[in-house]
Amino acid sequence: MVSAVFHTPFDPETRRAVTPLATPEAPVKVAAPQPAVPRRPWRERIDGRAIALAVLPPIAGIALLIGIWALCTIKGGAFPTPGATWDSARELFADPFYRKTPNDQGIGWNILASLGRVGVGFGLAALVGIPLGFLIGRFPLLDRMASPLISLLRPVSPLAWLPIGLLVLKSANPAAIWTIFICSIWPMVVNTAIGVQRVPQDYLNVARVLNLSEWKVITRILFPAVLPYLLTGVRLSVGTTWLVIVAAEMLTGGVGIGFWVWDEWNNLNVPHILIAIFVIGIVGLLLEQALMAVARRFSFDE
Amino acid sequence: MRDDSEFILVQGAEMVFKTRRAPFHALREIDLKVAKGEFVTLIGHSGCGKSTLLNLVAGLTRPTSGALICDGREIAAPGPERAVVFQNHSLLPWLTCFENVHLAVERVFGATESPAQLKQRVLDTLALVGMSHAVHKRPHEISGGMKQRVGIARALAMEPKVLLLDEPFGALDALTRAHLQDELLKIVERMQCTVVMVTHDVDEAVLLSDRIVMMTNGPAATIGDIVPVTLPRPRDRVALADDAQYMHCRKAVLDFLYTRHSRPLAAA
Repeated sequence: MVSAVFHTPFDPETRRAVTPLATPEAPVKVAAPQPAVPRRPWRERIDGRAIALAVLPPIAGIALLIGIWALCTIKGGAFPTPGATWDSARELFADPFYRKTPNDQGIGWNILASLGRVGVGFGLAALVGIPLGFLIGRFPLLDRMASPLISLLRPVSPLAWLPIGLLVLKSANPAAIWTIFICSIWPMVVNTAIGVQRVPQDYLNVARVLNLSEWKVITRILFPAVLPYLLTGVRLSVGTTWLVIVAAEMLTGGVGIGFWVWDEWNNLNVPHILIAIFVIGIVGLLLEQALMAVARRFSFDE
Repeated sequence: MRDDSEFILVQGAEMVFKTRRAPFHALREIDLKVAKGEFVTLIGHSGCGKSTLLNLVAGLTRPTSGALICDGREIAAPGPERAVVFQNHSLLPWLTCFENVHLAVERVFGATESPAQLKQRVLDTLALVGMSHAVHKRPHEISGGMKQRVGIARALAMEPKVLLLDEPFGALDALTRAHLQDELLKIVERMQCTVVMVTHDVDEAVLLSDRIVMMTNGPAATIGDIVPVTLPRPRDRVALADDAQYMHCRKAVLDFLYTRHSRPLAAA
């Protein structure tokens, strides 16, 4: 109990570990090393300089981009000005979830349709790829069997698989999902396999000395040890799927952000294309951040 | 009754590792008997194969030729009756101290004891090594000495017949090391288990062991000599510091290591 005091109360790991042991006097002890900071008025507590340094450069970067964009389009032409794009965006996001015809739906539906395809394709790839990666990592024979195939197929653009998808699945939507499946399976297989191969021999020796069952080895040793690698694979996969879905939807049509971009190009609505680029970027960023948060949650300190 | 003087028996063990260039002859003609309840240390310069020999006894590796027997049975694989404390503690970083020890306890006693009994075993063993205060901490939250205590607790919790220690205190500072050595002596005395310990610390070897097995330099290392330490137990490190017999044993080991089998310069 006493050891709780040795750690700063700011360390979330410690706080979590300490909670179940908490006794009545513990909160007092833990609170003791905190200096009188909270009593000072909030103006003094907030470090204006640090906040400015954190916030200003990104804003300056964005402002610079928009400035150059505005300068380049000042004379007019096919390329819309930032102002025109902004007006167009406000109009577009005023009603993102409308449905007129199957080919004319709000940008919200298009994004959700793309995310749905990514989710299904990626989910299937995870279901196949992660167990496959475990097997390849655990059995050298399988590794030697699979590695030439993986090396051969991994550099192929997933779009090259689209015709095969159309041929076999006979429909555009499953073919797009198939393309997502193909592009997201490789990073998961490869990273999981590497993770399994890099599980420290010490841990495996522990498993052997403790004579753990294969199930315990998998759940208590292999899985936790591989998880950081696996999550890296997942992150790479999701990043790739979001890149590929736009291209795949341009080819397959239907509803989806990729098709939407192509449709707006056919309508020569350039502001909408620029908006789509920003939206795709923001969605990709959010996906990445969400997965980073998951990875942080499951990482462990040696 | 089996002969208790041959609780662990190593006969003509040879160990040859296959490497990319040429086979590496690590151990040759190892013959060793360890009696029940005996504390034996293996000492030698680094790279002399003392850890390899310990791994053979643990069953983590199989000898190229020769036989290893423990308690009348051939050592074919690692088993819970031969618990190992690893050099770098090897606690699983994603489990708490409790869970790390529980993993061992569960495997050995899970079939015969209730969950409450298993839990009590874990807590008792952690108390034995003085780690009751950090039961629910993860390894990265505790110091190196504490990690090694938990590593020892994990091994002891299985109630092994043989305790195998691979330089368990090698990575610790001198004070912590001395403290843990004293505790190890007490625990071993209480639990009456047979111990084989790898070390490179002469004082540690003399203080703890009944016999010190000194190994020649590799490649093809073998047992060079064995020094019996007949100092009475319990041993007190301060009182022994100027004990004649202690000095004699210490001198014998130092003489072996630095005069007769001094480490070749190239390897240093």
